[in-house]
Amino acid sequence: MRIDLPDPSLVVLIGPSGAGKSSFARRHFAPTEVISSDFCRGLVADDENAQRATTDAFAVLHFIAGRRLAQPRFTVVDATNVQREARRPLIELARQHDLFAVAIVLDMPEAICQERNRSRPERDFGPHVVRQQRSQLRRSLKGLQREGFRRVVVLRSPEEVEGAEVQRAPLWTDRRADHGPFDIIGDVHGCHAELAELLRELGYQLAADGTSATPPDGRRAVFVGDYGDRGPDTPSVLKLVMSMAEAGTAVCLPGNHDMKLVRKLKGRDVRITHGLAGTLEQLEGEPDEFRDQVRDFLDKLVSHVVLDDGKLVVAHAGMKEAYQGRSSGRVRDFALFGETTGETDEFGLPVRLQWATDYRGKAAVVYGHTPVAEAEWLNNTINIDTGCVFGGRLTALRWPERELVSVPASRTYYEPAKPFLAPEDAAPLADEDRPAFLLDVDDVAGKRIVQTRLARTVTVREENAAAALEIMSRFATDPRWLVYLPPTMAPTATSSRPDLLEHPEEAFAEYRSVGVPHVICEEKHMGSRAIVVVCRDADVARERFGVDGGETGAIYTRTGRPFLDRPVDTEAALSRVRGAVESAGLWDALGTGWLVLDCELLPWSAKAMELIRRQYASVGAAAKAGLNATVAALDVARARGLDVALLLDRQRHRIEHVDDYLDAYRRYVWPVDGVSDLRLAPFHVLAAETGVFIDRDHMWHLEHCDQLVTADPDWFQRTGRRTVDVTDPGDQATGAAWWEELTVGGGEGMVVKPMSFVARGRKGLVQPGIKCRGREYLRIIYGPEYADPGQIDRLRTRSLGRKRSLAIREFGLGVEALERFVRREPLYRVHECVLGVLAMESEPVDPRL
Amino acid sequence: MLLTVTTTHRPATDLGFLLHKHPQRVQTFSVPFGEVHVFYPEATEERCTAALLLDIDPVGLVRRGRGASSFALAEYVNDRPYVASSLLSVALVNVFKSAMAGTCKGYEELAASAIPLEASLPAVPARGGESLVRRLFEPLGYDVRVAPIVLDPKFPEWGEGAHVGLRLAGELRLAELLNHLYVLLPVLDDDKHYWVDEAEIEKLMRRGEGWLGVHPERDLIVRRYLKKQARLYFPALAKLDEAAPPVEEPDEPGREEQLEERVSLRDQRLGTVQSVLKSSGAKRVLDLGCGAGVLLERLMREEYESIVGADVSVRALEQAARRLKLDEMHDAQRQRITLLHSPLTYRDKRLIGFDAAALVEVIEHLDPPRLAGAEQNVFGSARPGTVVVTTPNAEYNVRWETLPAGQFRHPDHRFEWTRGEFATWAQGVARRHGYEVRYLPVGPDDPQVGPPTQMAVFSR
Repeated sequence: MRIDLPDPSLVVLIGPSGAGKSSFARRHFAPTEVISSDFCRGLVADDENAQRATTDAFAVLHFIAGRRLAQPRFTVVDATNVQREARRPLIELARQHDLFAVAIVLDMPEAICQERNRSRPERDFGPHVVRQQRSQLRRSLKGLQREGFRRVVVLRSPEEVEGAEVQRAPLWTDRRADHGPFDIIGDVHGCHAELAELLRELGYQLAADGTSATPPDGRRAVFVGDYGDRGPDTPSVLKLVMSMAEAGTAVCLPGNHDMKLVRKLKGRDVRITHGLAGTLEQLEGEPDEFRDQVRDFLDKLVSHVVLDDGKLVVAHAGMKEAYQGRSSGRVRDFALFGETTGETDEFGLPVRLQWATDYRGKAAVVYGHTPVAEAEWLNNTINIDTGCVFGGRLTALRWPERELVSVPASRTYYEPAKPFLAPEDAAPLADEDRPAFLLDVDDVAGKRIVQTRLARTVTVREENAAAALEIMSRFATDPRWLVYLPPTMAPTATSSRPDLLEHPEEAFAEYRSVGVPHVICEEKHMGSRAIVVVCRDADVARERFGVDGGETGAIYTRTGRPFLDRPVDTEAALSRVRGAVESAGLWDALGTGWLVLDCELLPWSAKAMELIRRQYASVGAAAKAGLNATVAALDVARARGLDVALLLDRQRHRIEHVDDYLDAYRRYVWPVDGVSDLRLAPFHVLAAETGVFIDRDHMWHLEHCDQLVTADPDWFQRTGRRTVDVTDPGDQATGAAWWEELTVGGGEGMVVKPMSFVARGRKGLVQPGIKCRGREYLRIIYGPEYADPGQIDRLRTRSLGRKRSLAIREFGLGVEALERFVRREPLYRVHECVLGVLAMESEPVDPRL
Repeated sequence: MLLTVTTTHRPATDLGFLLHKHPQRVQTFSVPFGEVHVFYPEATEERCTAALLLDIDPVGLVRRGRGASSFALAEYVNDRPYVASSLLSVALVNVFKSAMAGTCKGYEELAASAIPLEASLPAVPARGGESLVRRLFEPLGYDVRVAPIVLDPKFPEWGEGAHVGLRLAGELRLAELLNHLYVLLPVLDDDKHYWVDEAEIEKLMRRGEGWLGVHPERDLIVRRYLKKQARLYFPALAKLDEAAPPVEEPDEPGREEQLEERVSLRDQRLGTVQSVLKSSGAKRVLDLGCGAGVLLERLMREEYESIVGADVSVRALEQAARRLKLDEMHDAQRQRITLLHSPLTYRDKRLIGFDAAALVEVIEHLDPPRLAGAEQNVFGSARPGTVVVTTPNAEYNVRWETLPAGQFRHPDHRFEWTRGEFATWAQGVARRHGYEVRYLPVGPDDPQVGPPTQMAVFSR
């Protein structure tokens, strides 16, 4: 006897003690799939036969079964289950998890059970127990199906048990093994002409009568349902999809209209509304057997499908994550109608819950059902019903390409209940259409494990996430603009030269030793890091970033705070950037309407004025006052013959140090009265609609930045650079000399980067950049007098390990954020990475590095 | 860092005996944070100046994990090596121990008598400005000269900094001068380079003997000297009260009153919030942005079934847990209160299902662009039946004389609204989310500028 079991499902073994349930389970199922009541008794009471522990043992059994079904995993419950009360919670459990429960009954003759129990000394209960269990079982047998078991299998003799064979079959909704490629087509509603045109557009060959089609190279069509009603030619649409389904070139899903038609065709009493009358009229002209075929075809359609290794889910009205790949009445309801509150709006249409707003599943969900002006991704879901029958368009989504293809309706076939705007009339993505909430605290709080393409898995510790969340929530710019945060950067290993902490030599050597021969040295501007997101206009900002306050971009610091306090200044700066991008022709050259630029915004005092005054100048002023008075006193003392020469000498040196320190910060200060006094020095063109440009080398980035400088030389600042072959001593010397030249006058220094944006060595990613800061500049980091021989030697021990590891992880997270954004992944997926960068920054690291 | 002490007492070189340092020698002493050199720039019969040069080793001074500063490099780029701070106090007791004790073998009479003295310090961190310098030293009989230090002569527009040059002249015992400096320089600086514990009270009593008890700024001195730790300064003040009966202190009614007014305003605000919550009939309440739990503590005393405090700051929640003594609560009490780490601008489903919510002085801490997110979270998602929102009334700010015009009441405020601005926002919220709104004044309702705090009560 063959027993077919859906996988996953909950299998409940039923039979008196000694019926052979455990042996049956051992033979047919994996040990981890079987949960036995005896085992659970052992877990809670150290004794598999402890009857007093039964209540607790079953609590554990139900808990484990529930967790397994949530996974979902195939689960077998091995207990007597002869009483209805024992079975009820199990059936309820399967229902809760929208999976089938199957009963396998071992109805063995009493003698056999008694015999087996006698041979097991631990089962010392009297023969009345088995007798009673058997009679309970016999009373239950008839009603099992009604109790809620999807299938009931009864084995009545040892021979039948011996001959049983178990076969598992995936649920009908589970077509994960089917990899497509697919063309998923929205609600057709009898618009046969548009469907034929769309299929041709997608490369399908249509028969002359338009009732069959051959797809191009291995593609398959997936229909989201609602084949008929309202439109002009439902029979032809049905013929076409049925023939394709028959030929295996289409996967058809049921829509709510289709289900109503089935009921009508089965002779049930349904209200002839919402265009059903037209369909019935059109079907009148068809032979009876066609109507029967239609009925049978539609009746067999499965609520939804999970395709392509679980990466794609298609259902008529959507499918929330918890229901995907499962089967129950409410799953089917969800597939047909979506999630409704039960209320209706002023047009008499059901009020829908925004399940897509809350969707956080890994699988992309493609659906239709509710006409929208524009098919648009939201949290990895997309509604492709663009209202063809209402005069909109018929839309297909190509998978895995994720391209949208659509054809316009040749006319409005049906007036919608709710005003439905054709795309050109609709205000694209008006405020009310956009889900109010894009980010949930669950998306960001707690320990997070982020998968990045570059740096693999990055773990964000809970307390760091909490700290980042606080910063993000209170200080950061609108999260929709935060598509990137820059990584921290480690300095070079400490120089071996006596008077320096940092020198390019060490950076060159490091890249050489990890197998990177070509590096680029970029001048480090002493300003503040600024990420510039700039859109061609407010429309692009609205369409691509979903920001509808009229902003055209954002400029923010490395911690995500708005760089400029007043929005009007931000817009002024953006318009300056936009002007340069425009005249450099970068919109077209990069095929985009927006850009993310990685820049330094100068002067330092623009952002740090308060810090410079309160901290830097204040220290300098106190130092000068103190040291001058000291030198004066020593001078007087020396004049009267005291031996203070050494002391005096030392204090004079200190004054020199302090003077150098004053010069160091003064260089980075200039008055800023308005945006035009700022200078922007871009050095990375990070991303645009066409991609994240980490596959271009740094020369490419700098050359594109140069174009901006050329376009607006008064406001953009060029980044000086030198390329160095680190296997060539002469080249290295030239590079070092250039650094010398940059820093002797107080320049901040330079950043040494591998020529390619992303470089890998034997141990994975290499540092994306290493900074070599100038001797004078370091005074504002290490203190005014750090370069004093008495101090510098004690500063040489620096542990760079953590900083370097953070730099790699943050680099990976930042790039991942951009890649997710470019792929149009949901905001919470982008935000997760950005928040990760910020969280990494709350790791304690020596701030001088 | 330099301190010079000059006397014109005859013979002035007796200063050498008092200090126990020979005027013709240059002496060097070692202290934990560097070296101290003592020398005499002048030493004549008429005039003698002793100089104490404190050469601080900044690298040695850096200690890891010292209090969080907003400026990450504060440990490395700071004024400590150059200014008169608690480091100088420590150097003084190290180097001039007997002078500070007022003992001087063979010169007991001189040590016990008032002589003309002048102390000079080129850079003193004066938190509180010139006025505090004067308030601290003038009551002790000094002629005080304060020389402001410009921040950077290259940028005159930056003005003067927090440091001043200080010269104190007076006729007093040397020990008195040194003890005054020992106590008052760290008080002016409002900082200490070492951990302060009970032992610090003893030091203060010893160094302040004879003058601190009757100093008009006694309370301020004690508070600052003991790093504003209540567990230290209350006992210290009590000791001083025992030692010397309290004298009539010249009150500063302005400050006192202002303080009182502020305290009572907070009381009034919380009280009003409590009344509104109570009258709404709510059983389950939210305190959004609960901070350290001042309101939660009050709510716990009332008969709410469930109280949830939410805040974006983990630290604030820890403080709240301590204030409420969460650890020691009985189960029945403990079940009534929950603290949640929740940023207002991200939707939090845990906030759904409450009767009322309070946002007391919260919205003004949000950046205006994030306000819409908070609005959605509270009014769109959580949707309690009643929402109480309080925020400063910007119009009232003119009534506070100490608040410079155009400045916010708190540095973290992102905005302060007029009554009109608040009403515009509140009406928009009410319309968008189906609430009704009414307004209540908190604090004295000024006929021209309204109350100091404005409150909106939303209900649906």
